[in-house]
Amino acid sequence: MNKKDLGLLILIIVVGAVVTLMNSRFLLPVNIANTANLVGMFGLSALGQAFVIITGGIELSVGSMIALVGVLFVDFIANHNIPWPVAVLLMLLLAVVVGLFHGLLITKLKMQPFVVTLCGLLFYRGIARFYTQDSTAGFAFGQSFPDLEFLTAGRFYGVPNSFIALLILSAIMWVVLHRSVFGRYLYAVGKNEEAARFSGIKTWQVIVAAYVICQLLTIVSAIYFAMYTRSISPSSHGNFYELYAIAAAVLGGFSLKGGEGSIIGALLGVVLLQELQNLVILVGIPSSLNFAVMGGVILIGVLVDQQWSSFRDRRRILEAAKTNAPARPESTPAQ
Amino acid sequence: MTSAAVSVAPTEADPFLVLAGIRKAYPGVVALSGFSMQVRPGEVIGLVGENGAGKSTLMKILGGVVAPEAGTITIDGVEQPALSVADSMRAGIAFVHQELNLFDNLDVAANVYIGREPRTGGLFNIVDTGRQRQLVAPLLKRLGANFSPATPVAALSLAQRQMVEIAKALSMNARLVILDEPTSSLPLSETAKLLDVIAALKADGIAVIFISHRLNEIEQSADRVVVLRDGKLAGTLDKAEIEHDRMVKLMIGRDLKAQTSAPANPPGAVAMSVVGVRTGSFPAQQVSLELRNGEILGLAGLVGSGRTELARTMFGIDPIFGGHFELAGARFLPTHASQAVARGVFLVPEDRKGEGVLLDLPIAQNISLPNMADNARGLLVAGDKENATAEIQRRNLGIKAPSVATRAGALSGGNQQKVVLAKWLAMEPRVIIFDEPTRGIDVGAKSEIYRLMRALSDSGVAVLMISSDMEEVMGVSDRIAVMHEGRISGFLSRDQFTEENVLLLAVGKSLKSGARA
Repeated sequence: MNKKDLGLLILIIVVGAVVTLMNSRFLLPVNIANTANLVGMFGLSALGQAFVIITGGIELSVGSMIALVGVLFVDFIANHNIPWPVAVLLMLLLAVVVGLFHGLLITKLKMQPFVVTLCGLLFYRGIARFYTQDSTAGFAFGQSFPDLEFLTAGRFYGVPNSFIALLILSAIMWVVLHRSVFGRYLYAVGKNEEAARFSGIKTWQVIVAAYVICQLLTIVSAIYFAMYTRSISPSSHGNFYELYAIAAAVLGGFSLKGGEGSIIGALLGVVLLQELQNLVILVGIPSSLNFAVMGGVILIGVLVDQQWSSFRDRRRILEAAKTNAPARPESTPAQ
Repeated sequence: MTSAAVSVAPTEADPFLVLAGIRKAYPGVVALSGFSMQVRPGEVIGLVGENGAGKSTLMKILGGVVAPEAGTITIDGVEQPALSVADSMRAGIAFVHQELNLFDNLDVAANVYIGREPRTGGLFNIVDTGRQRQLVAPLLKRLGANFSPATPVAALSLAQRQMVEIAKALSMNARLVILDEPTSSLPLSETAKLLDVIAALKADGIAVIFISHRLNEIEQSADRVVVLRDGKLAGTLDKAEIEHDRMVKLMIGRDLKAQTSAPANPPGAVAMSVVGVRTGSFPAQQVSLELRNGEILGLAGLVGSGRTELARTMFGIDPIFGGHFELAGARFLPTHASQAVARGVFLVPEDRKGEGVLLDLPIAQNISLPNMADNARGLLVAGDKENATAEIQRRNLGIKAPSVATRAGALSGGNQQKVVLAKWLAMEPRVIIFDEPTRGIDVGAKSEIYRLMRALSDSGVAVLMISSDMEEVMGVSDRIAVMHEGRISGFLSRDQFTEENVLLLAVGKSLKSGARA
């Protein structure tokens, strides 16, 4: 855990303490469990987004894909009697196809990630609404899938299984990003794609893989969201969820230019965002101000973080000046 | 290069700019101390020194961007402790920086008068483009420019763009023009043009400070050379004393061994051949040449003659539009750099920071990047192997850094270049292509790079070196190929190495009698 992550963790604890002082219900097991469930679901999509942002890209179609997968998945298992494991596999297959599609448009046809995924955002939302004729997809009365429901909306010793899923997938993704050769390539491509290419790395494959991973994690989260809400209104389900994922990553220290960020950071970003949502409810701030609070905190968070690091750089230079040892600042002053 | 008309002895006029006892320190570094110099009208001063010697600081002080801590600056007899930017401009000090500040989308005249355009007056008071061009025309004439004020800057060559910058300086009544490394990215023929411009300025009584790493250009054009070393004045050479070896000795404080090095063995078998290859920039032309084991082939030519494109095609970065390569006799048509890397064909690219190193990554990760297979266990990175590999390279190449965990961006240019080289040496090179390997690298590090290239070649690797630096091409190569507009205009063997021959071929002419082309 680096200093940045530690700072974020302290912020989470401080905000938690303040909220507890104002409303002791914050620490009630039921509140913690509910928040953990939301952290689990939003965390999965934030993890996916993190992989794309590392490469310097962005994935804006997350919310629409959550809606599309929601209606497809519920329809498949509720109305078409497709066994749910098969339906899950079909959804993951869809994730791979969409990820490949976005990744290849971006790498091979040199389209900008923002444009490709913005069109995806519109397109998949439209398909989702068309698929159900704009009506809500849901389960029939009394319809039940005990195993699936346990794995998604259930709890294990009181811990929401969505949260457990997030922990397991985070651990895997941590190894992938921070310890594997592929992770090394991701950072290299994000920091300087040209230099990576000149080192013989197939940068396009790395980028396409990032979009596929993003879609896979998004679709896992989509299934959790679907089973959590149990009724999916295709025009509103998942709206803005891509922005939550991007906000969590940015709050967690990711740079939208690519090449910077960590899994721990993304997770802490998600936790802080959900804590803020919780704060709005518990402290009695009008819920209409929800977005305003989030926007304000993210802005201040990123601002403080950047000012703090430039302050540290300056201090390091000043200290080096005192000791007369050769300074190694980020930007060499002379020559 | 100075024309015969200009033989005014530089000592005749009184200095209009005098620096005395200038000192400037940055945290941890004394950039300049006890530095003094005088500038007289019509004098061409060569300013040389290794990177970090204090040249940039001196420029910033003259430009009024940085204030010295001690010393005085006297302009026309008025003594002051520091200049402001406005003082500097009023005194007629003008800069032409390495990176030009021109607007591609505007014409020459608009660039010269940018921000102070003549207006038509009246109701609309719009820019008077006609008058603007009239004003610029005589300036261009003074510089001997062969383009008109209405030419769009986008259509100009690099040397012509520099002329535009100089014209801008003249339009502001410059008395001193400071050229910061103007020739480092200029091809040979353009360099000659620039030296003519310097002579023209001198003839007009304008003083020039000419900063360059290319000492032969300094030799040709300077009336006096000021050498900086570690922030101090290492020495001043008068016209008669200006000599390559003396400058180098003052710059580095010791003698530098002759840069020419002979190969240990005669060239071996053909390692890679280029057979009728067409590249995207000159699809109508074909290139053929052979790289031999144990030989350094220099590839000279003008910037834009297709040398870099050829290198990129050989390395699988750019697509091939005809012909093929042969590697140890087998056809080789790389469609991606990974294929070249797998076959031991490596490129040290021209744009070091953009394509060579990842500045934010540690040295060790830069070195292991192309060869993760040997630095991993299964799918996971093996940090211990990675560090061990990098440590060996750091010692072999003499990369000056506290450890292999140091960020590549914290290194000097020469050491960054060594990191780029290290990542290839950690693998098994068969062919290494160097594209402008010493651009922006100081003299000491340059000779180390040359030594490494020779050692590589002697170990049996085929080396192709693209260079626009005449000294380098003739000093390092065993054989020279010259490109002109996408084709090889000729080959030179060591006994034919003269500046004239290289230039003739570079501009597409053939050699004089007795030479094969």
